[in-house]
This record gives sequence, C-alpha cells and structure tokens, in this order.
Amino acid sequence: MPLPKNLEDIRIRIEEFARKAGLDFYEVIFELLPWEEVNMIAAYGGFPNRYPHWRFGMEYEELSKGYSYGLQRIYEMVINNDPCYAYLLDSNKEVDQKLVMAHVYAHCDFFKNNVYFSHTNRKMMDESANHATRVKKYIDKYGIDAVEQFIDVCLSIDNLIDIHSPYIKRPAYGSKVEESPSKAKKFNVNKEYMSHFINPDIEDKQPKKKEDETESNLKNISYPIRDILLFLIQNAPLKEWQQDVLSIIREEAYYFAPQGQTKIMNEGWATFWHSRIMTTMALNDNELIDYADHHSGTVAIQPGGFNPYKIGLELFRDIEERWNKGRFGRDYEECEDMTRKRNWDLNLNQGLQKVFEVRRLYNDITFIDEFMTEEFVRKNKLFTYAYNDENNQYEIKSREFMEVKRQLLFMLTNMGNPIISLIDDSFGKRQELLLKHQYEDVELHYDWARETLKNLYIIWKRPVNLWTVFKGKGTLLTFDGHEFSENPLKEPD
Amino acid sequence: MALNIESDHNRFRKIVKGKIRENLRKFIKHSDMLGKKGKDIVSIPLPQIELPRFKHNPQSGGGVGQGDGDVGTPLGQGEDGQQGKGKAGDQPGMHIMEVELSIDELAEILGEELQLPRIQPRGKHKIESLRTRYRSISRVGPESLRHFKRTYKEALKRQIASGIYRFDNPIIIPIKEDIRYKSGKPMRTLESNAVIFYIMDISGSMGDEQKDIVRIESFWIDAWLRRHYPGLETRYIVHDVQAREVDREAFFSLRESGGTMISSAYLLLSDILEKSYSIDEWNIYAFHFSDGENWGDDDNKVCIETLSNRILNRINLFCYGQVASHYGEGDFLKILEESFKDTENISLSFIQDRDAIYDSIKTFLGKGR
Repeated sequence: MPLPKNLEDIRIRIEEFARKAGLDFYEVIFELLPWEEVNMIAAYGGFPNRYPHWRFGMEYEELSKGYSYGLQRIYEMVINNDPCYAYLLDSNKEVDQKLVMAHVYAHCDFFKNNVYFSHTNRKMMDESANHATRVKKYIDKYGIDAVEQFIDVCLSIDNLIDIHSPYIKRPAYGSKVEESPSKAKKFNVNKEYMSHFINPDIEDKQPKKKEDETESNLKNISYPIRDILLFLIQNAPLKEWQQDVLSIIREEAYYFAPQGQTKIMNEGWATFWHSRIMTTMALNDNELIDYADHHSGTVAIQPGGFNPYKIGLELFRDIEERWNKGRFGRDYEECEDMTRKRNWDLNLNQGLQKVFEVRRLYNDITFIDEFMTEEFVRKNKLFTYAYNDENNQYEIKSREFMEVKRQLLFMLTNMGNPIISLIDDSFGKRQELLLKHQYEDVELHYDWARETLKNLYIIWKRPVNLWTVFKGKGTLLTFDGHEFSENPLKEPD
Repeated sequence: MALNIESDHNRFRKIVKGKIRENLRKFIKHSDMLGKKGKDIVSIPLPQIELPRFKHNPQSGGGVGQGDGDVGTPLGQGEDGQQGKGKAGDQPGMHIMEVELSIDELAEILGEELQLPRIQPRGKHKIESLRTRYRSISRVGPESLRHFKRTYKEALKRQIASGIYRFDNPIIIPIKEDIRYKSGKPMRTLESNAVIFYIMDISGSMGDEQKDIVRIESFWIDAWLRRHYPGLETRYIVHDVQAREVDREAFFSLRESGGTMISSAYLLLSDILEKSYSIDEWNIYAFHFSDGENWGDDDNKVCIETLSNRILNRINLFCYGQVASHYGEGDFLKILEESFKDTENISLSFIQDRDAIYDSIKTFLGKGR
C-alpha cells in the first residue's frame, strides 16, 4: 500500500535530506500498517512470507501482549533487501514517522555499504518465500509434526556456523563447499525459485550424486571445522527433505549473522543520522518536544543497563569529534600535558569522512576494539558486572577500562556464542563426532549442552562427543543415543 | 498479505498447553510474574519456549552495563542473566519502547490474565473517610494548585478589557491578579473497609525459596484486593510453636527453627478478630502459608475447632496455601480438605514451585468473595 499523501511528502523530503547528508541506499519501500500487522510481520522477523513454525507464534504473542498492555510497541522495522522494506506503525505521530524514516534510511545505507553485509542475499524477501514454499511442501508430504520437530532440531544447532567464513578464502574444502554442492543441489540462491520447474524430479537423482560428493569431501576435510551445519548437510545420513530444511536454516543463519555482528554499530549509525537529520534539517519548531521525547526514549539507559543505541551513537559522535580535532595518532596519545590534551584541536575536520569509513569497514568487535577509549568508558560510566554466588545476585565488578573492554569484546565474540568446532568425524569406534569447546574461562550451560547433543545425535545417528570444561575440569561428554557418559579428558588437539 | 500467524500461534498455544509436541514441555518456562513497584519495569505472565543451544552459563559470565554505583553495588537478583541488557529486539531497526505500569494497572492485567471475578464488598458502607475534592476556584492558594486555563482566561479577559491585547501579536502575560487556584473541600464518603491477615509458618523447614513464593504470592494478592478496597489494612502474623504479630519487614525476613503449632496462629488471629474487627464493618481476608508439617493430631484438632467456631464465621475468605519444601510434604492440607469439604469461604491450594503461584492465586481469589 503506498503511503498517504502527507507521509509521501515527508518521505520525499527525508530521502532528499538523507542523500544530501551523504547516505547511500537501495530504494526503500515503506509500508504503513496497523499494529496487528506490524506485530505479525515482526514476529516473522520482517518477512511476510516465512515458513510455518510455532516460534513465530510465540513471538507474536509476546509482541501483541506487550502492545495491548501498553508495555512496548514497535515503531518501525526495516529489512536488509534490495529494495529495502520498512514497516511503519500507522498510529505514529507525524514527527515519529519523520524520525523513523530518517532512522530507516541510515539503516539501509549501513546494509548496503558495510562490508559484513556484502555477502548477504539482497533478494531475501523472495528467498524466504521460497523457503516457505519448500517447507510447506514437506509438511504436506511428511506431516507437520515430523517437519516441525526436525526444524526444532536444526534451530537448536543453528549457531554452529562460521560467521567469518564468507570473508575468508579457504583452500580446498571451503571453496569446494561453496561451489559444488550448491550447484548440484538446491542451494543456489539465484536459481532456486526456478528449480522446481526446471528439475521437477531432482530428488530422485540426488542420492547417488551425494555419495560421490561425500567421498570427495571427506578427503579434503581439514580440521577444525567451524561450519558444522555445512558438514552435516554434506555428510550426515539425512533424508533429502531434511537436508534441504537444514540448509534453509543454515542459509538464514548466515543471512542474519551480520545483523548480530553489527548491532551496536548499525543502531548507533541509524541514531546518529536520525538525530542529525532531524535537528539540522527536518524538524519543525512545534515538533521539538515530541522529537526530544522519542529520541531520549531511544537512547535511554535503564539503571545498570546496556543500550546499543546509546553506546553506538556516542561512539560515532566521539569518532567524529576526535577526527575533527585531530585527537588521534601518536602525538595525541603520548601528550602528557593534560591541559594541552584537553584543548587539543588541529581543525582537521575529517570527522564525517572518518565515520563513513568506519561504517564501511568495521563490525562491533573491531569498532569497540579500536574506538572505545579510556576517556569514553569513564565519560559513559561503563562497568562490568558478574554474578556473586554468595549473595545470589549480579554486582558491579569493575570500572577498569581494560576490564570493561575485555568483557565487552568477549560478549561480542562469535556473537556471544561459545566457540565450538568439529575436530574429528571418525572418533571412537563408530565414526563418532568429536566437538570441542574452545574454553575461555566461561563454562557452558551444562544441561543445555546435553540437550543439544541429543539433537546432534538425531542428525548424525551415531554417538556424539563434546569436549568442554565442566566445574573446572576437562570433560568428555558423550551421548550414544541412549545415555550420557562423562569422562575426564585432557584437552584434545 | 499471506500470513499464517494464526496457525503458528495456535500451534504455539497447543504446545504450551501440552496438547501436542510433548517433547518440548521441558523447555517451556513461565516468566516471573512479580513486578516491582515504582520505577522498575514489570513483566506480565508470558510462557516462552527456548530451544536448547550450546551457550554460556550466564552465571559464570557477566556483562557490561552503564550507570552509577560503586564496585560491589548489586544490580538486582539474577535469574536468567539477562540483567542489564536493555531489550531492543534482535534485529536492527526493530525499535521497541518499554512503558512503565502502575500497580493499579498491574492488578488489572492480573485480573484479566487470571480471569478473576470482581469482588463484591459486603454491603455495609459504615466507615467514613475524609477526602479532599478539588471542585472550586480560588484567588489564593499554593502554586502547585495553580489552574493554568483559568489563569490564562483571566489574563486574556483583562488584556482585552484594557485594550492591551493585539490580534496580530496575541501574547498573553498573566499578572498576579489573574492567577487562579484550584480549591478543595474535605468531603465525607462512606466506604467499605477491608483487612488482610497474612500468616506464615517460619519454622525451620521454610527456606528462602518457600518464603520467596509467599512474598510473590502475597504481593499479587495485595495488588488485587487493593483495587477493590481503597483503605486496605494489612497485618502480619508469624508462627512456629508460638505465634506473634510482626511488621511487614519482619514477616519476610524472620527465620526460626524448631517445631510448628499452627493452632497458635489461629488462636492469635481469632483474638485479634474479636477484639478489633467487628464483622459488620469489615471485609476480612486471611491467607495462611505453611509447609503443612504440624505438631501432632491434637494440635490439628485445635486448629479445626478454632477455624470453624471462631474464624470462618466472621471472615470473607480464609485461604491456606501449602508450599512444597525440601523436607517432605505435610498433611495439614489434607486435614483441612477433609474437614471443610462443604465450607464455602475456605480455599486451599498446594504450591509446588514458582510456576504454581499463578494457579494458586486463581484458586484463592477465583471465588470473588
């Protein structure tokens, strides 16, 4: 549905402002929706056409309850796609819509230009609809329970991917993986929507082909493997449809990964620009109070909380100021005259240029690592907290710069997921899988690790092992299909 | 738009109710219903299913927050490690605002969620209360009661009358004589009054978890009854082998050890009732929480006698909640069940764990008395 006249006029103006500010984006299609529909689409992660699954219903319930009890509301959402789709809540005030549009254009600029999004499928809207069609077909054929159950199993391991792989050129295994199976099978994204028409009987031809591939792949495997999903797609004894479902889950995991990797930056960037566009160009005098109210809500910090919008915004502003005033480099770092340092201003005016560079080349980890300074941590009152067993509560642990940074980087590493890789697929007597948790002083949630192993077993159908550290000791946790066993074991190579 | 949200939602509801996909049952968690007063944000009852994944143990990790406080300052009780992470949706641009709720709204939500009936206070409106109602306007008063509209009107009138007002530049500046204040008068209203007695067993077998359950449950009972009775009084009784009346803080923090004689509490309750709360002026509620271990059959007998002769006949509702504890289950619940099968104003429930609080409240207040 096209925007009504008044909003379309606003949109044209905001787009003009955004371009004037230097933002560069795909075409953005705005849709104005009532809250029920915004919640529905949000429940599906922004994709109106998504495969059926109960968790979308769960999301929906949460969003609707939150809305109808006045606890929370979604102002807008925006989808990384070409064209970008953005959904606006129809009950927003005009000034809110303005702000949201400016915010959206900045997100789209980020999607288009940030290097970590470069591999994402820009036709994900279509792709997601294809996924839906495929999954629905399987449901018709094999029943909702079987398919849904298998999706649950896949979702349970969907963080076992290698989020960096799209940016690394790997020898043999990696490149082979991207090429051969996708062309032979159904993974090729661009042609996928045609495949049902071109190769209606593709499933019959598949099994044989797969065996060949498996063999050649196995020879080329180099451990450790981080993309365990891919390994399973190629090597686990799965039925054709299961293989396809797993590949759908994997594809979506890779599509969404950059959004997790750039949460602070992406929100910071959008907030940086909505604030600038609104306050220097778009705002009318009589809208000031409403704007300030909304904006301050966006960047508000709950006591003791961490708001990525706020931190991202402040970091971008800090970068802009530092590069405008030349507050970087050796001379500045080593300056010991505090008065001189405080008034340091070389009038470089490279701030804007720098923030655009940063938005293109960084992700949250490198962003924090490089630009979060000691002054920043102090000024923004950041701290680390930890759980205190004695008092059964979380307590502020430290305000030391290095501690804060270390903790933050740890939380962002692998998007907060433990790093787990496959180090052997012929472990033990029965071609068992051996996974290894790269232990970094934080243990796994043990019960959950056990449940997840069960799910891995469902896929691999032979015993699965996980090496991790439990209660301070190296432990090999094994699930053989019936029961668990735990054995002390030194860290394997 | 082709959305299947309805079927996905139905499916989710069925899973939560345990009708399908029973293998998911153990992953269902009921988020805590306890909201806090004041500024803090509350959550509403919301079943969630979280699929297992390899993830870090939240309690051995920690996080980063922003704000004031020294090293060692607590951030609040930890449960799922989500502490401190502002919820903002996991997708960029999905921009969620949280809104605060008043206790009154909370109670409303609770009522809706649990489908609680409205309480009909006993018909006798005998209590007089004085309340100031602001219904008139005065020329004097405190600044906090300044009536902006009236003041503006007065200033406008004066400016027009004296010819200062200009249509092309309509600036109104009130002077001291223009300012009007709201003015109040104390009014007498008749109300029905209510009192709640909370009685808790603090013998050695009631641990922190058990007390927490009592605290959460009584918080919600309070919230609900307060909606119906503006002038609600609460009184607290604790007992082991002896009973005494304490204040709210002591009620939740006291911990004794040793035996249990429930009759001591019931006798104390009936004494207080007879002395201070006449039956036709007060709506009276009593909630008793215990792990159900009582000291011998003799004492059980005294309890039943006291309840039926001296308490139940002068009270709106008596509720007994038996909290599961580590030390096995008492049989007091069973005894009450047998003795008061047909009594209307007694309500019993067994509270297995936090998740059962929800149902227990429903049992207690579902009678609408």
